[in-house]
Amino acid sequence: MRGNLLNDHRRIVITGVGLTSPNGNTLAEYRANLLKGVSGVVWFETRYMGKVLAGVCTYDPLKYQMKKEVRRGTRAGSISIYCCQEAVADAALDFHALDKNRVGVYLGITEHGNVETENEIYNLSRFNYDTKFWSHHHNPRTVANSPAGEVTLNMAITGPHYTIGAACAAGNAGVIQGVQMLLLDEVDVALAGGVSESIHTFGIFASFASQGALASHPDPTKASRPFDRDRNGIVCSEGGCVFVLERLEHAEARGARIYGEIAGYHMNSDASDFVLPNAQRHVECMQAALKRAGIASQDIDIVSTHATATPLGDIQECQALRTVFADCPKTHFNNTKSFIGHAMGAAGALELAGNLPAFEDGIVHPTINVDHLDPQCEIPNLVLNTPKKLPRVDYILNNSSGMLGINSVVIVNRV
Amino acid sequence: MTNDQIRQAILQIISVIAPDEDLTHVKSDVPLRDQLELDSMDFLDIVMELRKRYGVEVPEADYGQLASLDSCAAYLAPKLKDK
Repeated sequence: MRGNLLNDHRRIVITGVGLTSPNGNTLAEYRANLLKGVSGVVWFETRYMGKVLAGVCTYDPLKYQMKKEVRRGTRAGSISIYCCQEAVADAALDFHALDKNRVGVYLGITEHGNVETENEIYNLSRFNYDTKFWSHHHNPRTVANSPAGEVTLNMAITGPHYTIGAACAAGNAGVIQGVQMLLLDEVDVALAGGVSESIHTFGIFASFASQGALASHPDPTKASRPFDRDRNGIVCSEGGCVFVLERLEHAEARGARIYGEIAGYHMNSDASDFVLPNAQRHVECMQAALKRAGIASQDIDIVSTHATATPLGDIQECQALRTVFADCPKTHFNNTKSFIGHAMGAAGALELAGNLPAFEDGIVHPTINVDHLDPQCEIPNLVLNTPKKLPRVDYILNNSSGMLGINSVVIVNRV
Repeated sequence: MTNDQIRQAILQIISVIAPDEDLTHVKSDVPLRDQLELDSMDFLDIVMELRKRYGVEVPEADYGQLASLDSCAAYLAPKLKDK
């Protein structure tokens, strides 16, 4: 049983999910494709580099935005608006009746502004680098709060908004920020998660390529292959996922459907390397989250791994997982990036969302594209290539980590 | 460019920067902001597009000259006479 969280007004629950993933624009579509083994990775044309492998979203921006909003804003902002609107609709909140001063928007981002700056420099190159052709839209598009700010403009939200820059740990970090603001009674509803528009700049592909960490494969659907012996790097993706978070008493009072409760969380820093994860710090992060939740590692049913399919990173995470879950026969492990690539700032939130339906159906979606499991990535109960039904799922642990050594863990339990 | 060509050029620019607007009934003698949802950032876009497309500079002090299609034509005609 959970030990240290709390009475009902300090218990935080998920009551809505809005997402766009390379393989689905609703949770139902996304989950179905995770269970059917459907990848969202395709060939994608990018400036200077030509065709690259990427996860590309197909949501309709005009579902919630005017054309002018789309033009003036950013792809990250558009994704954020879509996800927040979908999450609010999914939560069946009476949004018009809500006090908008008590709604907060907390979105994790890996980075923001690279896309817009690259576009401006490219535009400038066509005018002999004369800076009078630099757009007045550049500053509002590139301020770090931009994606969350676009949401407040679109939805007339007057509570706090900001983004949380946390590399690829950002999706969880956004959720954690939302939880903390609810616990501090700063807001009554938190729209929290993560977004990424990173595929719209060549730089992220070029940098991973220079690092020797960009995936290549003749078949896009096979390119993202965490834990496989022949993995060769990351598939970059765009996407977004936003949760409606509320206090349990608030959710119950309005009869909301509850996807799960935030049981525990933790973030820490490796303090050891710019890019290479540190297994020991990852262990400590998971253990601290378990402690906050008041449970043991044996209580976890599903671990959603972060693994990105880099040769070294996957090994580091598996080493950490073997330490924390050394004697946990009921714990199962999966990975979402094998389907959709690495959605950067959205990754943690999307990966959590895709596992939440397991509380209802008891099914662990698999890790796909594992033809030859790397012996250094062997973990008991790693669910490979086909889904696995469990008798019951009570706890999900969601791992994320990112560059500069940042780790985030969120644990969710069935309510 | 003739005054009518200038009016059409401004409307074409507005169709790009305000793509949700119906421009079929815009009156040329009425201020654009009284007929369309245009804000200060949109007017900066018009100024930028004039710079990009026609090499025309509109100093900030003259922004008021772009209020309506007719005032745009009157103000820009000397600048665009050879375009």
